[in-house]
Amino acid sequence: MSIDWTEYSTGNFYDELIAEDCSPREPATRLVNYLGSLSTAEINKRKEMAESTIQEMGVSFTVYTEEGNIDRAWPFDIIPRTISASHWEKTAKGLKQRLKALNMFINDLYHEQEIIKDGVIPAEIVLKSKNFRPECVGVTPPHGVWANICGTDLVRDLDGQFYVLEDNLRVPSGVSYMIENREITKRVLPELFSKDSILPVNNYPAHLFDMLASLSPRDIPQPEIVVLTPGIFNSAYFEHAFLAQQMGAELVEGSDLVVEDDDCVYMKTISGLEQVDVIYRRIDDEFLDPETFREDSMLGVPGLMRAWKAGNVALANAPGAGVADDKVVYAYVPDIIRYYLQEEPLLPNVETFLCSDPEQRQYVLENLDKLVVKPANESGGYGMLVGPHSTKKEQEQFATLISKNPRNYIAQPTLSLSTAPTLCGSTPEPRHLDLRPFILQGKNLFVTTGGLTRVAMKKGSLVVNSSQGGGSKDTWIVEEKR
Amino acid sequence: MLSKVAERMYWFSRYIERAENTARMVGVYDNLLFDLPRSINISWFNLVVINSSEDVFNARYTVKDEKNVVKLLLADSTNPNSMSSSLLMARENVRTSRDVLPLPLWELINELCMYVSEHIRDGINRTNRHGFLDNVIKGCQQINGLLADNMSKDAAWQFIRLGRNLERADMASRILDAGITAQLSSSDVEQDLDPSQIIWGNVLRSCDGAMNYRRTMRATVEGTRVCQFLLHDKHFPRSITFCADQIAAAVDLLPACEIKELAKLKTLLAGEPGELDESFSDYLNDLQLSFANLHMQFGQCWFALNG
Repeated sequence: MSIDWTEYSTGNFYDELIAEDCSPREPATRLVNYLGSLSTAEINKRKEMAESTIQEMGVSFTVYTEEGNIDRAWPFDIIPRTISASHWEKTAKGLKQRLKALNMFINDLYHEQEIIKDGVIPAEIVLKSKNFRPECVGVTPPHGVWANICGTDLVRDLDGQFYVLEDNLRVPSGVSYMIENREITKRVLPELFSKDSILPVNNYPAHLFDMLASLSPRDIPQPEIVVLTPGIFNSAYFEHAFLAQQMGAELVEGSDLVVEDDDCVYMKTISGLEQVDVIYRRIDDEFLDPETFREDSMLGVPGLMRAWKAGNVALANAPGAGVADDKVVYAYVPDIIRYYLQEEPLLPNVETFLCSDPEQRQYVLENLDKLVVKPANESGGYGMLVGPHSTKKEQEQFATLISKNPRNYIAQPTLSLSTAPTLCGSTPEPRHLDLRPFILQGKNLFVTTGGLTRVAMKKGSLVVNSSQGGGSKDTWIVEEKR
Repeated sequence: MLSKVAERMYWFSRYIERAENTARMVGVYDNLLFDLPRSINISWFNLVVINSSEDVFNARYTVKDEKNVVKLLLADSTNPNSMSSSLLMARENVRTSRDVLPLPLWELINELCMYVSEHIRDGINRTNRHGFLDNVIKGCQQINGLLADNMSKDAAWQFIRLGRNLERADMASRILDAGITAQLSSSDVEQDLDPSQIIWGNVLRSCDGAMNYRRTMRATVEGTRVCQFLLHDKHFPRSITFCADQIAAAVDLLPACEIKELAKLKTLLAGEPGELDESFSDYLNDLQLSFANLHMQFGQCWFALNG
């Protein structure tokens, strides 16, 4: 017994690997044929190999439950998702364009606010966002860049085109899993790497390091770069440790840092205090500095904002950058790109209805059963209404929520998210997925080769978040044959 | 390096050393007690005493038999010094310090912890105990080997050295102490089989030093010589003097800090131990106090900023 691809039904969706006529798409040809040549027993063996590799590599993430925090092994599907290199090249250009414009936008908001004065975006949309930080007004971070690390979620619709679903400009996570997924796949399907030209992904930490170093306020050969983690109980702790290790940076918690009277940041070492130049912070704005934000924060460093404003330390991402990943601001990104770059956006947005606009709100309220409603400021797939999968009661709850606080909600049509074959038992079945590439901007711009593919492991489900039962796949950017 | 990370390195190596020592001691007793005459008073419970775990034992068990002792020492998660607990603590310290440790270490410690949790029954039951303990010891040695070969000999390494050698020296003093106690309680029994040979052979094997002893001392196994060897041998990696030298060397390579206790320890080790009686026990007690002081001074010196 082996995989029979003619049995694989792509349904009414765009499948990443298999075309409607059951033949493999170009970049997936070798992969699909190879998998078809393996017996069921061999497929199961590879699956087991992946599981034990994940355990040995200790790739895990933390799930918060009522019974306490559980460290779960990373859910992984061994069938990679393929994208052709030429298609990816265009997508990467669009991602760079987008982040460049977003950073110009954030810098403008904290200075002259020309874009508001010019009437491109209404003042209340921005200034009422809870991610707009008045404390940051007037500050210019290095290179005028606020969001140095961006994770942009892309989805492919029926037409095979990538759409931007959201930009994560605060503390996006997942990049370590992108790298580890490749490590696992190399061990599980080594035969394919010798035949296909699959572009590497493990250069990300080096680019991240260079980008962070380009932010150092002190012009010294070896600036002190640290990764600031909320600690071992954070769901992304694995990633924080991974990145620190890959970059050769110190992994610190708030209690390891101190801001002295000279408004410089120091870390507590075995030889006393040592000055820190760049902090890649993986804690949210609100917890960064109890002197400025939440007083009860045990995770932050008192005085950190003072040091940052004085220009003595770089924070990546800069506080306040989150103002641009608000889902209401999202609707304006195409206009933002046109305004700052005088270019047409290369990557389209998903059509978005703003509940703050009375007409659009009316439409949303009348079509709750067809739309996906999202709160403007949440991440991780929490607090969402997926219309077609919801009950009448849930729809009524959301109608009340929206009427009470329209600024806080947006709605989008239910997308026909693309699928890819995912092993259920030893048979591939189509499962929905998205893609999160990571974009870096310091002195230069960089985009990962592909990104993290997240899969909804449940049949028909559109929720890909690992905190809610999603899994992941390795993502191959495959060079075309010459 | 961060004070916090330094402290984790120190504890990581102490825990690995502790796990290895515990596995070895259970293995030695396992081997020994099979063919020992009843008249010789060595019981499994000695192991609990050596590990200062009497309170934990009494809180959990009543019968001082093999099964309970082995359970407490190898598997018991409520015993912070059990082999399983030590390995999990070592793993936790690696997990939170992966940025300074070689990448494969994380996989090794994961594999070892997984092996122990899957095969712990083999440790408790006799049938496969030897193979199980052997694998654990090999796992620990593999970890130490990886670090020796692969790790930069920077400050992080020096803290690993501090932890390992302090734990090792402390354990050697405890094993010697147990030897003295056994010797004192059995010396008046007349018999063909010389209990002292068995006791001191056991002490040597618990420190993995039987072979080295014979080659260095070129003499039969005998109490005073064994004590001398484990206290003073300059070349044997588990002798207390060797460990103390390693500690002093590591301290020298770390950011300047005065560890006053080192001089005291040196003086103590320069003294000749007398007869193998209670005065020797007192001497070992002084050594253990000195180790405790060292531990405290390391903390004040390098880990104090942390917290």
